[in-house]
Amino acid sequence: MEKRVVFSKLGLPILLVAPQIVITLVFFIWPASQALYQSLLLEDAFGLKSQFVWLDNFIALFSDPHYLNSFARTVVFSAATAGLSLGVALFLAAMADRVLKGATAYRTLIVWPYAVAPAVAGVLWFFMFNPSIGILAYLLKGLGYDWNHYLDGTDAMMLVILAASWKQVSYNFLFFLAGLQAIPRSLVEAAAIDGARPFKRFWTIVFPLLSPTAFFLLVVNIVYAFFDTFGIVHATTSGGPAQSTTILVYKVFNDGFIGLDLGGSAAQSVVLMAVVITLTVFQFRYIERKVAY
Amino acid sequence: MAGLEFVGVRKTYPNGVKAIHGIDMAVSDGEFVVIVGPSGCGKSTLLRMVAGLETVTEGEIRIGENRVNELEPADRNIAMVFQNYALYPHMSVFDNMAYGLRNRRTPRNEIARRVAEAAGTLQLEGLLDRRPGQLSGGQRQRVAMGRAIVREPEAFLFDEPLSNLDAKLRVQMRLEIKRLQRALGTTSLYVTHDQVEAMTLADRLIVMNAGVAEQIGTPLEIYDAPATLFVAGFIGSPAMNFLSGTVAEDGTGAQLDGSGGTLPVAPPASPDGGRIVVGIRPEHLEPVSREEAALEVVVELVEALGADSLVHGQLADGGEGAAVTVRVDGARRVAAGDVLSLAVAPNHVHFFNPDDGKRLA
Ligand SMILES: Nc1ncnc2c1ncn2[C@@H]1O[C@H](COP(=O)(O)OP(=O)(O)O)[C@@H](O)[C@H]1O
Ligand SMILES: [Mg+2]
Repeated sequence: MEKRVVFSKLGLPILLVAPQIVITLVFFIWPASQALYQSLLLEDAFGLKSQFVWLDNFIALFSDPHYLNSFARTVVFSAATAGLSLGVALFLAAMADRVLKGATAYRTLIVWPYAVAPAVAGVLWFFMFNPSIGILAYLLKGLGYDWNHYLDGTDAMMLVILAASWKQVSYNFLFFLAGLQAIPRSLVEAAAIDGARPFKRFWTIVFPLLSPTAFFLLVVNIVYAFFDTFGIVHATTSGGPAQSTTILVYKVFNDGFIGLDLGGSAAQSVVLMAVVITLTVFQFRYIERKVAY
Repeated sequence: MAGLEFVGVRKTYPNGVKAIHGIDMAVSDGEFVVIVGPSGCGKSTLLRMVAGLETVTEGEIRIGENRVNELEPADRNIAMVFQNYALYPHMSVFDNMAYGLRNRRTPRNEIARRVAEAAGTLQLEGLLDRRPGQLSGGQRQRVAMGRAIVREPEAFLFDEPLSNLDAKLRVQMRLEIKRLQRALGTTSLYVTHDQVEAMTLADRLIVMNAGVAEQIGTPLEIYDAPATLFVAGFIGSPAMNFLSGTVAEDGTGAQLDGSGGTLPVAPPASPDGGRIVVGIRPEHLEPVSREEAALEVVVELVEALGADSLVHGQLADGGEGAAVTVRVDGARRVAAGDVLSLAVAPNHVHFFNPDDGKRLA
């Protein structure tokens, strides 16, 4: 049963969608086409001369071991960030679903980090893990672990993963909680009577019913980790040490605005664009097919 | 299989709602007991306490010989059919039925055997691979039943299992449930607000009102001798007529209020002040000639049902509020404005104390 609103004249509907169309054109379509065009150019560092080189930028990109390394790092980073933030959010949501007293306060607290700007979130974790003054680095030292994300690439990677997932937990939490609350209580009760213990109930009844939500969030989180984490990396590690946290978005910025290789950087953004389009198409396909039981 | 026992069971919800005020009753092995009462009277609460889905505030529930108050639902060996069926939407019909057996580590071939058997009994053979979403309401109901019977539990608990079905299917499933329970001989506790369902299914009935068991007995015991005004009005359709009156001066009859006439039947006991409520079922009022009449009713409305007609009217000169419903033979022509002369057999007149609503006996 689909309800459609039918407009008799064309004027009003066009007027109503115009703002969105204009915004999309100015902020998305135009820059995207600029990037596409630039990715085919070779430009000198001062932007005075440019030359049309077809796909040379892309060929250079995929034969550059630094770029391929960065790609691999990004995959690790996204998988870890998505995994960590989804796991923690699911755990918190499952707990919140049982809480009756003080539930609102609990939820508000969990949702807060989402309101924090990425750079601020990065700085926060940066200070907590700062090898000389950070409380968490201090505690780790007490446990015998010498934390130093200035020197150790693995430490640096863990730091950005932690900061990036911390920020995303709130968002995931809200969706998981809504998903949990949409599961009829009688299903869980029926499973309890059917002899399933709480843990088993969760994995055999609750989680499968939550899987459309989980899948949606997985895609959203991967997209987030790929594209929205520039601020976090910039504020914590600036891609270092030795490029160990230079994920793709950061490399676009680094090569384009620091290295002034505008064509190569544009080619990198085009690759990223292709990734996000693929993910989105994949998600829509899947959701259309799978969402309703 | 096992019996079931309630000893002084009370329930107060954490928010302070007192849902059950003390139930004492024993259900014997294999018995079909129906808990009936209006919505909100605590039927589901009582059932859910047996299932282990709600804690027992006070008192004790026993299944077989064992106190189960502290046991998890999984350890009580009962099966429950929910009002919305509560089928697992992501599992096939087969898996829905097998779930409880798998959790109990039943061997594979035993699971296959039991599910096949239940599917046969419930005519679900062709549907085992489907998801619940691909079934009709009646089929889902059967799957819910199947999930209960494959477990071969000590007792079945039903919480208004038929109320989501249309009228025709409800009658059919009612019969099937009864037949199945007879065949399996499993102790059953069945909750409903529908008194027809209650009367037809029950070996014994518990009529509940506001957290109290008003009467416990076989359907006919309750129909023939309702213990309170509430039970009298709730059991039987159309509902019993209530007329207020007093015990006649000489103690040999009941004088109805207004000049509604005198019934030649006296209550077995007379409450203080002599005020009584007289209850007569619509089907026990018989049209007779004027000379034999105990009551006269001015007809206001007639509902012709075919086999019989329901005549709604007022007691002639009965003062205000003396509405009377009479069930007459469908062949009898009655029209609005007619005056019906009615008589009633003495053993079909019920007397109640208007102050506490109890039957005068
Ligand atoms: N979880 C609960 N918390 C608080 N009060 C409840 C809860 N469940 C039911 N009640 C209250 O207990 C009373 C009995 O409810 P219930 O057993 O569901 O009635 P029924 O099944 O007879 O309609 C009602 O007043 C209802 O509002
Ligand atoms: Mg109920």
